[in-house]
Amino acid sequence: MPKNAVAIIEGINKSVLKTDVPKMSIGDTVNVHFRIIEGEKERVQVFQGVLISRTGRGVNEMLTVRRIVEEMGVERIFPLNSPRVAKYEVVRQGDARRAKLYYLRDRIGKSRRLRDRRRGLKDAAQTTSAA
Amino acid sequence: MAFSLFGTKLGMTRVFGEGGASTPVTVIQVGPCVVTQVRTVENDGYAAVQIGFDDMKPRNATFPVIGHDAKAGCGPKRHHAEFKVAADKMAEFSVGQTLNVDAFKDQKYVDVIGISKGKGFAGTMKRHGFKGMCASHGTERKHRSPGSIGSLCSNRGYGGGLKKGKKMSGHMGAERVTIRSLDVVKVDAEQGIILVKGPVPGPNTGTVMIRNSVRLSRSKNKKMAEAGK
Repeated sequence: MPKNAVAIIEGINKSVLKTDVPKMSIGDTVNVHFRIIEGEKERVQVFQGVLISRTGRGVNEMLTVRRIVEEMGVERIFPLNSPRVAKYEVVRQGDARRAKLYYLRDRIGKSRRLRDRRRGLKDAAQTTSAA
Repeated sequence: MAFSLFGTKLGMTRVFGEGGASTPVTVIQVGPCVVTQVRTVENDGYAAVQIGFDDMKPRNATFPVIGHDAKAGCGPKRHHAEFKVAADKMAEFSVGQTLNVDAFKDQKYVDVIGISKGKGFAGTMKRHGFKGMCASHGTERKHRSPGSIGSLCSNRGYGGGLKKGKKMSGHMGAERVTIRSLDVVKVDAEQGIILVKGPVPGPNTGTVMIRNSVRLSRSKNKKMAEAGK
């Protein structure tokens, strides 16, 4: 085994990994700007929903985003580093107490909303004001 | 054998192509392989090139190997292999020459040969894809068993036995496997690596052999024909 094997594969991954991804936590409402190519034309479609799961590491990282369209739940899974995704935006920070929000699939009506996140933000605000 | 070189399987990752399509790739470090012998029609009755790969300590090598590889001006090599070469292309090879991944630059497809991972003594479900037996309907302790293997002569065996080669449990894996017609995704001469689409037999760090594709699978043959038009 060449000693630089890991370095070589990391080198290949480096060209794939995105550097401009904002900090997104589970429970956040995010906008995913997805490029759609129709023939020669290209347009951007925005998919807004709750981030309910992040799986995988590095180049294999996947995001699951859930939204409600006409009372029907729709989930899309995006490879975090896909060049088809033009941009991610965090719209709202939600309060989630677990890493996978699959329980939202069973919720109906108001109960599927998440509270705004407050935990942890206060400390963050203090440290920034102190600095 | 067509033109082939030794390499080391480094691992798998994914790359995104044009349009954002994700492709699973195996990273293989190719060579450097040294030409240790050139076989000619006059001397040996056939034209071929012998290559050596992977340095080993002289202490661990045998004297014949040390002497043989010393003729090519290199230390003893762990692996040797031959591939046949058309008589008019023999001039391209000389003893002591180093071959590397550049040789696959113009290849669209390659074959990869490796030793598959050993699975030990495996049952028929894993080894031959048998379906096993029912989970219920009264099945007890025989959920993964092969079932009947045939009565005495129903399997066209001889002398009341079963035919040889009857699919049963046994040792699986750790054998030479050839994967044909793998797409070449990228050749990086600087690092000496080649990216091929999909998996390759053997563990990471395993030695594999890469050769110019000798017989394309039907679908890829068709693709090549269409591209040719």
